[in-house]
Amino acid sequence: MTEVATQQGQSTTGQTESNGQQKFVHLKIQRQDGPETAAYMQDFAIPYTPGMNVISCLMEIRSNPVDENGRPVTPVIWEMNCLEEVCGICTMNINGKPRQACTALVDKLEQPIEIKPMRTFPVIRDLMVDRGRMFEALKRVKAWIPIDGTYNLGSGPRMAEKDRQWAYELSRCFTCGACVEACPNVNDRTSFIGPFALSQARLFNEHPTGKMNREDRLDALMGEGGIHECGNAQNCVEVCPKGIPLTTSIAAMNRQVTYHAMGAWLKR
Amino acid sequence: MVQADGHSQYLLRRLHTLAGVIPVGLFLLEHLFTNSMATNGAAAFNSAAATIEGIPFLHFIEFFFIFVPLIYHGVYGLYVAFTSGYNSGQFHWWRNVMFILQRITGIITFVFIVFHLWTTRFSGKAPTFEMVHQLVSNPAYFWFMIIGTVAATFHFSNGLWSFSIHWGITVGQRAQRVMSYVTMILFIVLAGVGVDALIAFTHAAS
Ligand code: SF4
Ligand code: FES
Repeated sequence: MTEVATQQGQSTTGQTESNGQQKFVHLKIQRQDGPETAAYMQDFAIPYTPGMNVISCLMEIRSNPVDENGRPVTPVIWEMNCLEEVCGICTMNINGKPRQACTALVDKLEQPIEIKPMRTFPVIRDLMVDRGRMFEALKRVKAWIPIDGTYNLGSGPRMAEKDRQWAYELSRCFTCGACVEACPNVNDRTSFIGPFALSQARLFNEHPTGKMNREDRLDALMGEGGIHECGNAQNCVEVCPKGIPLTTSIAAMNRQVTYHAMGAWLKR
Repeated sequence: MVQADGHSQYLLRRLHTLAGVIPVGLFLLEHLFTNSMATNGAAAFNSAAATIEGIPFLHFIEFFFIFVPLIYHGVYGLYVAFTSGYNSGQFHWWRNVMFILQRITGIITFVFIVFHLWTTRFSGKAPTFEMVHQLVSNPAYFWFMIIGTVAATFHFSNGLWSFSIHWGITVGQRAQRVMSYVTMILFIVLAGVGVDALIAFTHAAS
């Protein structure tokens, strides 16, 4: 951390350069007042503080909502929760790439930092989007393990450790939407549910108890907006902040669905 | 459409990738092989063409094993290209570029094949070395053929890579990477064979 040395003796509200000039962070933010209104760009210059991330920039704007020229503007709206890349809710396009604002460090970003909401999801306001379609997709592929009932079912079968290890990687998906945003086949001409949902179906199909409903998930993957909408552009695996092997998951599910489709047809 | 249970899109898509390899891809290989007979001279090519002419039920085979799958793959492919998004401006990773090239070469190949069939198969002329020689003597036609051949062989080779994932053959990252090397080498070889044959056709029969 090069900042550590310079941090000493500095005020916490702003970083001054050696010549005593205040350093600024330049931001270009796409604003949108409501779901139906047109988007527009607004420029901001906010005082630099060491270790800043995009969220702290947005907080700075919220505490002093003026644009680059000092004109008062409405504060920028965004969503955040965990502030440590665990909840996924702060995902937005930062310098053209979908990523979490809370782990986007200003020192590592080219300025002016261009911030836009994800295009794939309906904008509610400014950087706040409605990711409801991801929840719908998870419901469609039955990304859960049905164990509810009227009596105790007892413990389920054990999972082999070697499978648990890679399945754990898949379980790290936090529905951030980056892969859905980067996928060229998620657009208004298709109904593709998105890469993450295919990977989640694989996760639950691998689980020893989840396996008991694997056909239901495979049927869903063959259904509308399913796995066949994937065109192998493989952007998903590049943008996933959790390093989830999405393209391997997709190919693995392709294999399961191929067998399932042929088997189902031959059994009829 | 095909099935009432909402799996029709899945079936149509998988039939599309299947048709692209079997039989359309296989026909491409056969066609390139026959063409390269031209490098052995006009007589060699003419006798290869005559052998094909001699296949029993030729029109039946041509219609059901070439034209029907080819038209299906081509027309459905145009639909696929239309519904795909194109974001290589924002995300310029290798595979994303290949994704777009696959669609562009598909459209080029479609136009190329229509014109190619029009000027050869449906021209009413006998498929001889002399006929092709006449055609490629026109430099514009020759270069059109070169572009079409390169596009078609690229589309086939890269399509094989995608096919292997769509059917769940190459699953792991390493398998997919190896497959991408193999298919790119295949592209270079096939494009070379095709171009070589085209050049052979420009030399007048002795
Ligand atoms: S798979 Fe990765 S990029 Fe996609 S939603 Fe999950 S965490 Fe985000
Ligand atoms: S606030 Fe939770 S991931 Fe950024």
